[in-house]
Amino acid sequence: MGDTRLMKGNEALAEAAIRAGCQGYFGYPITPQSEILEYLADEGRKRGMIVLQAESEVASINMVYGGAGAGARVMTSSSSPGISLMQEGISYIACAELPCLIVNVNRGGPGLGTIQPSQGDYFQSVKGGGHGDYRLIVLAPSSVQEMADFVYDAFDLADKYRTPVLILADGALGQMMEKVEFREYIPADHVPPKPWATTGKLKERARNFVTSLHMQPEQMEEVNKHLQAKYRTIAEHEVRYELVAADDAEYMIVAYGLAARVSHRAVQLARAEGIRVGLLRPITLWPYPSAVLQSIASRLQGVLVVEMNAGQMVEDVRLAVEGRAPVHFYGRMGGVIPGPDEVVRALRAIVHNEVAQAAEAH
Amino acid sequence: MSPEITQDLTAEEQEQLECVYAKPETLTETRFHYCPGCGHSVVHRVLMEVVEELDIQDKTIGIAPVGCSVFAYHYMNIDMQGAAHGRASAVATAVKRLLPDRYVFAYQGDGDLAAIGTAETIHTCNRGENIMIVFINNAIYGMTGGQMAPTTLLGMKTSTSPTGRTVETAGFPIMITNMIAMLPGVAYVTRQSVETPNAVRQLKKAFTKGFQYQKEHKGTCFIEVVSNCPSGWKMTPLQANKWLVENMFPVYPPGDIKVPA
Repeated sequence: MGDTRLMKGNEALAEAAIRAGCQGYFGYPITPQSEILEYLADEGRKRGMIVLQAESEVASINMVYGGAGAGARVMTSSSSPGISLMQEGISYIACAELPCLIVNVNRGGPGLGTIQPSQGDYFQSVKGGGHGDYRLIVLAPSSVQEMADFVYDAFDLADKYRTPVLILADGALGQMMEKVEFREYIPADHVPPKPWATTGKLKERARNFVTSLHMQPEQMEEVNKHLQAKYRTIAEHEVRYELVAADDAEYMIVAYGLAARVSHRAVQLARAEGIRVGLLRPITLWPYPSAVLQSIASRLQGVLVVEMNAGQMVEDVRLAVEGRAPVHFYGRMGGVIPGPDEVVRALRAIVHNEVAQAAEAH
Repeated sequence: MSPEITQDLTAEEQEQLECVYAKPETLTETRFHYCPGCGHSVVHRVLMEVVEELDIQDKTIGIAPVGCSVFAYHYMNIDMQGAAHGRASAVATAVKRLLPDRYVFAYQGDGDLAAIGTAETIHTCNRGENIMIVFINNAIYGMTGGQMAPTTLLGMKTSTSPTGRTVETAGFPIMITNMIAMLPGVAYVTRQSVETPNAVRQLKKAFTKGFQYQKEHKGTCFIEVVSNCPSGWKMTPLQANKWLVENMFPVYPPGDIKVPA
């Protein structure tokens, strides 16, 4: 049976981590996600989790490497500047194929930026971030409920593919309070055996070593081919998205996370005005739901991408749409959350302009 | 015994040979890639001899650094992780916290431990993590071709201090081991070396103590090994060991710096 509570997004995520059987948390305080560390330092420790406040995000991510290499379910969390500091370690973790959870409660940037919510880390999350050819599975929650639910999914995906998984939220999702129901989850039913982990060399097996170093170029190319094959499998099986009011839609808004919640309301308002608009909400930002977008694009008169950044995901939308429909962008930056009315205005402008253009063509 | 040594002997003659010195089971069959005379080979061997003698091969997890010993896991026949440059003690911290009944050590060079990894080193020791840190100090970056290290001596020539290290441009050699000894969480700090058979024996004792204290949950054990780099120092192995005694020891004198009460 589930267990329903009213919680902050950060706390819900932390509570879910305990319930998901996370054995080690390593992190450094940074707004707007410090509640995760605080919650686990109290509640996590009481329930047997190793919780360590590290000296930096650099140390945190390398502790995650060590803990994951030792076969434990481990995680870290931070916000944008801290996640930037972790990028080297994330690249090592991806190459060494260590399962773990990384949480980014995105704040406005660049630089020290602001502590307010942002989606400015999309590129960093889905295009690499660190060095070399690697991918993260990126899950984008848009409610406190999903802040909790995606923790279980993230750990399961990480273990299934031996790959780091990123939950990309934002400051508002971390700070706001909503009802959240914790589903029943028995870690023992989900955590696979990890015979590759460094737990001490037993007589009956060869030594295990965890590394990302392969000096021979041919050998390193093989490692890369293996990783790319794994990423193709993930792209084939793990795409997740939500479609709202898409069946008769002439226009589609594409938005994720908090921007998708705003856009959901905008869809309702625009429909009341007679604009036939739907919403595509990517849940996995990598792998990206390109196929669904591709399949509906040719019957659309326009696509509006709404993001809390200068226009990052819009590039992936354009790659998927491939010119089948015009792609427009509306974004706010620096920690500003767009309101549904702004989105409707942007949509109206597209619709009316296109109507005007069509009239001109006549 | 290696085939090269015994190839001139008949099978019968080989059988009559008495084995007086064998490779421990805790070393793999892989040959060391280290330069002739380099201290790493000896330190690896001594460390693995101790693991074998204490019968803790199945409970020991080592963390290799970035540096000349980056491939330590090819030689040490134990479970190991290769850490990012400077982060071995952070990696070791997590392994030990999650597997508290195992023996965990980090093996690091001077650039790794005392330059890029200074923060991790100090905070691991300050938390008193119950691990052993093996610190190989040869006053130079060997793997990248002989650049100045944080422990490079004043006046010492390297590829990035071509006229000799000066205080004006690079400050003083860092006394990281003495700094570490000031931290209350640290149980055992010693400075050893491997330039003579007796020094090797002393180092072996230090490793044995390091594992023993770890078993007793005493806190961090920090073992510096003043070592050489014949290639980087552009010397023969013998010259290097002589230079080490004459120049390294006055700055980095061997001996215990802190022992458990």
